[in-house]
Amino acid sequence: MSTGTTKLDVVVSDVVPVNDLVTRFHFRRRDGELLPTFSGGAHVVVEMRDGGRTRLNPYSLMGSPLDTSEYTISVRRDDVGRGGSLFMHRNVRPGLEMVISYPVNLFSLDLRAKKHLMLAGGIGITPFMAQTAQLAAEGGNFELHYTCRTASLGTYADVLRERYDRRIRLYHDDREERIELDRLLSTQPLGTHLYVCGPAGMINWVRDRAAALGWPPETVHFEHFAAPQPGLPFDVTLAVSGKTIRVDEQQSLLEAIEAAGVDPPYLCRGGVCGQCETNVISHDGKFIHNDHWLSEEDHRSGCKIMPCVSRFEGKSLVLER
Amino acid sequence: MAAKSIISRPVYGTLSPQPGKHHLFVADAEGALAISDMAAGAPAGFFSDAHVIFIPGHDGKHVATLEALKPAQFYQGHTFASALPRLKQTLANAHMGLRVYLSGTEGLIGQAMQAALEAGIDHTSIQTEHRGSLARRMQCVHCKGITENVTTQPATCAHCGLLLLVRDHYSRRIAAFQGVCINAEDRSEIPPIEEAFP
Repeated sequence: MSTGTTKLDVVVSDVVPVNDLVTRFHFRRRDGELLPTFSGGAHVVVEMRDGGRTRLNPYSLMGSPLDTSEYTISVRRDDVGRGGSLFMHRNVRPGLEMVISYPVNLFSLDLRAKKHLMLAGGIGITPFMAQTAQLAAEGGNFELHYTCRTASLGTYADVLRERYDRRIRLYHDDREERIELDRLLSTQPLGTHLYVCGPAGMINWVRDRAAALGWPPETVHFEHFAAPQPGLPFDVTLAVSGKTIRVDEQQSLLEAIEAAGVDPPYLCRGGVCGQCETNVISHDGKFIHNDHWLSEEDHRSGCKIMPCVSRFEGKSLVLER
Repeated sequence: MAAKSIISRPVYGTLSPQPGKHHLFVADAEGALAISDMAAGAPAGFFSDAHVIFIPGHDGKHVATLEALKPAQFYQGHTFASALPRLKQTLANAHMGLRVYLSGTEGLIGQAMQAALEAGIDHTSIQTEHRGSLARRMQCVHCKGITENVTTQPATCAHCGLLLLVRDHYSRRIAAFQGVCINAEDRSEIPPIEEAFP
């Protein structure tokens, strides 16, 4: 139904509660074949048919890339979010037939690195599950620092410690344990690459300190799936397809465009990949840019918008689509 | 600055101070002037974390210029080969936060970059500035021998003696331009030899 990526017909083969907030889902192909190969850090977009509404959420693949008999994702329940994770937790049961996208990797390992330094916060651990499995299989040098709120919410912390022992360092917020970031970054051997996945605040902190301490931008990789933020409803005219549509409070612009039958490209649905970039033909009002893709200049120009996460407030907005 | 012709042909920039904890400079001859020009715009105390490896030209000039910057460490080598162990040792002991700046001839920049790449630094994060001679380091694609300081077009391979067309095709891995036999059909055919890389 979309030009995002090719789709896979899968069946939910298992649903496993991991802790109070996180549940793991296993998918197998309906035709029994192997799933496509992927690399550590890849995600799939899961289509959720929720009554008349289709939600599309990206989730990192957390299984080993060496095993393509199934895909596994872990979903953290967000009770105040837009409902995708709640749908997964409440409605998805073993045996359910679902559609997911082919894997896309916007957070891949740079295999030229001499060492991989990984920093995870909360559910940001999921891409590292696959990356550590990939690196461990080929004897790669890595070290993972994982911060979580409490030990019981340290999703897969026990699994990781069991698998990789001292290559995993844990930090618990409730014990006031904190990564000594400057010391950690300053003592890494030349040729180390840094990977960070977690809340926006953590990513910004790590990127800022790494830049200040002389880490070239090419060596700093990050992944942040910004869920689309709700906001005031607004109307949009799509010039090429000749449609005028309304974007609801809880709906993203991209979702509204899709609901209107237009098929825009997308990959991450989180404001980082650039795939859904759209030209603005005219506007009277103000943009609420939530993406990490466009430059500040692009944001100021009012000529471009990333409809997956960004919104608009004002009288009129005409997009090329 | 060298014009871009084919995609592998290196393109150089202008040195500029980067954020970092330590700064490693490798330069030869007039490359020293790229460092002193950069120093004019560098923050105060920038060179107190700097290590300079310098190979002066035959005239021995610019040593005083660099010493005047008061880098934390200053090393003067006779040839790149004699400076290479020190460069490799420095890179091997370095941590993330070291920034690399290369200036001078293409041969110096290419070979120092080769050492930096082996140490795990991405070529895009290395600052380079070309100064001085355009002389090229050339690999003969036939015998694989490297000839240093090639200034003519075509040029004779110092190893197998073939007359080679010096191409813009550059190998970052071996830090050399490729030289291909220009008269393979008829060795008696000798095209005019011009000073192309003074």
